[in-house]
Amino acid sequence: MTAEEIQQVLAEKFGESVGALQPAKQDPWVLVKPEAIAEVCRFLKTDPRTRMDSLMNLTAVDWPKRNQIDVIYHLFSYAHRHVFILKAQLDRASPVVPSVEGVWKAADWLEREQFDLLGVQFQGHPDLRRIMLPDDWVGHPLRKDYKEESDYHRMSTTRESPLDGFVRLDELKKRAAAKTAEAPAAQAPAHAPAKKEMPS
Amino acid sequence: MTEARRAPENPTMEMTSNKEILRRIEYTGDMLLNMGPQHPSTHGVINFLVQTDGEVMKRAIPEVGYLHRSIEKIGEKVTYNGFMPYTDRVDYITAMCANQGYAMAVERLLGVTVPKRAEYCRTIATELNRISSHLISAGTMSMDIGAVTPFPYALREREFINDLLEELCGARLTYNYLRIGGVAYDLPEGYAEKLVTFLDHFEKILPEFNRLITYNEIFIQRLANLAPISAEMAIDYCLVGPNLRASGVKFDVRKDIPYSIYPEVQFEVPVGKGEVGVVGDAWDRFWVRVEEMKQSCRILRQCVAQVPRGEVMAKMPRKIKMTEGLEAYSRIESSRGDMQYYVVAGAAENAYRVKVRTGSFTAMGIIDALSRGLMIADLVALIASLDVVAPEIDR
Repeated sequence: MTAEEIQQVLAEKFGESVGALQPAKQDPWVLVKPEAIAEVCRFLKTDPRTRMDSLMNLTAVDWPKRNQIDVIYHLFSYAHRHVFILKAQLDRASPVVPSVEGVWKAADWLEREQFDLLGVQFQGHPDLRRIMLPDDWVGHPLRKDYKEESDYHRMSTTRESPLDGFVRLDELKKRAAAKTAEAPAAQAPAHAPAKKEMPS
Repeated sequence: MTEARRAPENPTMEMTSNKEILRRIEYTGDMLLNMGPQHPSTHGVINFLVQTDGEVMKRAIPEVGYLHRSIEKIGEKVTYNGFMPYTDRVDYITAMCANQGYAMAVERLLGVTVPKRAEYCRTIATELNRISSHLISAGTMSMDIGAVTPFPYALREREFINDLLEELCGARLTYNYLRIGGVAYDLPEGYAEKLVTFLDHFEKILPEFNRLITYNEIFIQRLANLAPISAEMAIDYCLVGPNLRASGVKFDVRKDIPYSIYPEVQFEVPVGKGEVGVVGDAWDRFWVRVEEMKQSCRILRQCVAQVPRGEVMAKMPRKIKMTEGLEAYSRIESSRGDMQYYVVAGAAENAYRVKVRTGSFTAMGIIDALSRGLMIADLVALIASLDVVAPEIDR
């Protein structure tokens, strides 16, 4: 089925919860109301016409300008070999969306990753905790306004640029050169190698 | 063992992370073992929290993230071209495929058509890389279950491929060979002859490898009927690539959603048949990889014969700049399966969001479900048969 046909099937079944097909430059997508996402997904998986048996990818994108977080579902059907993309737009202050872990098991880890990195709350997920970062990490790094803490358990999260080291080295050399220019060589340098006598 | 039984009441445990992990296991007198993060057979830095009663596991919970290098965040900070070397680090064993996925996603955004010769260069590079990756996988898998001999045999062949790839792009592991709109260098002079010489040699090695290890009686006894994955389960957990095909699902992105020059070459998609056990067992996953090496040789021979003359780079602007909010999605068949890049364009010269969906990440998700009732020694074989690469899981 083409994306248009799938959108029509969804619009018949769910009415206003499913938006029109957005003609993107590459992949068209459909906007779904966040509270309806789990039912739409379950329908897409079980309906014999669509049979979306695989959740390929689950992404979230932070948009501070529009004050929203988009969650994007890439679905694929191994039975019919067609692709469909769903989007849900969540409020940035409290991004909550029903979990689709009950529909596809693959959503378990994919949702945990988006929770970890963007702080999207997936309602009904059986084990929603951080996956990449430590459990006591503060903040969600892929948010656009994320500021890294200066240290984590007394380990610094920043380090000096190696170029700064070179600059310091240059200054040291300059200072040493200035010193030798001030006091002209009265005594022989201590590190001068002693002359070796050739064994005869 | 008694320590583990007392663990939840232990007041010295301050780290919330430990509490979080231990919370997931009910204390019934079972032994709790940390397998990893530094363990020779976990293929990188992964931790498995194993709940076991003797040799038989009740559960193994994978704890990942030790190699998280925030590559997706870096993708938002650097320019489109500047991100290419970082894609090498997503999956360092198949860096060419990781390059290609990103290049294809940005090319789709820009609407660039890659010259034919560049597509052939890409295919030659990725297929060579696929063979070397499968050699590593097959070698380490046999080593993990106790057969050390095949590993140097596999690595010896991989060295020839490394030499070939080094001649092509100057690097042996993280290639940075592909560019958005083409490839960095044309094929060197006399490359076709060298490639054919290698293929003549390698195609003789494969039956030898099969005799030595694949159809070895001990090897079959060890892996047949081990941790079988049904086709439904594989699709539900979003397994991809050789792991999916071993379960009997005939799906290959190169064949079913063709990209690059794959429609112009002939090859077959091997699927698991349960030759020595049931469909989708660990032996099938091993066998599918060996068969794929054969098919890659076939593709390489056709590429060498068909490669046209011409440019290797499309006309590209010096600075890539797009309108904000455009998005594109690319799927390629990496050696660990369907690798997907989702790129959202930003207003400046860098991407707004880059998401990499890799085969190893979803493959790790299935281990918890599969490990129930397995022996600990079989967990090692299961991880090896899924061919997970730690940096690809964590990115």
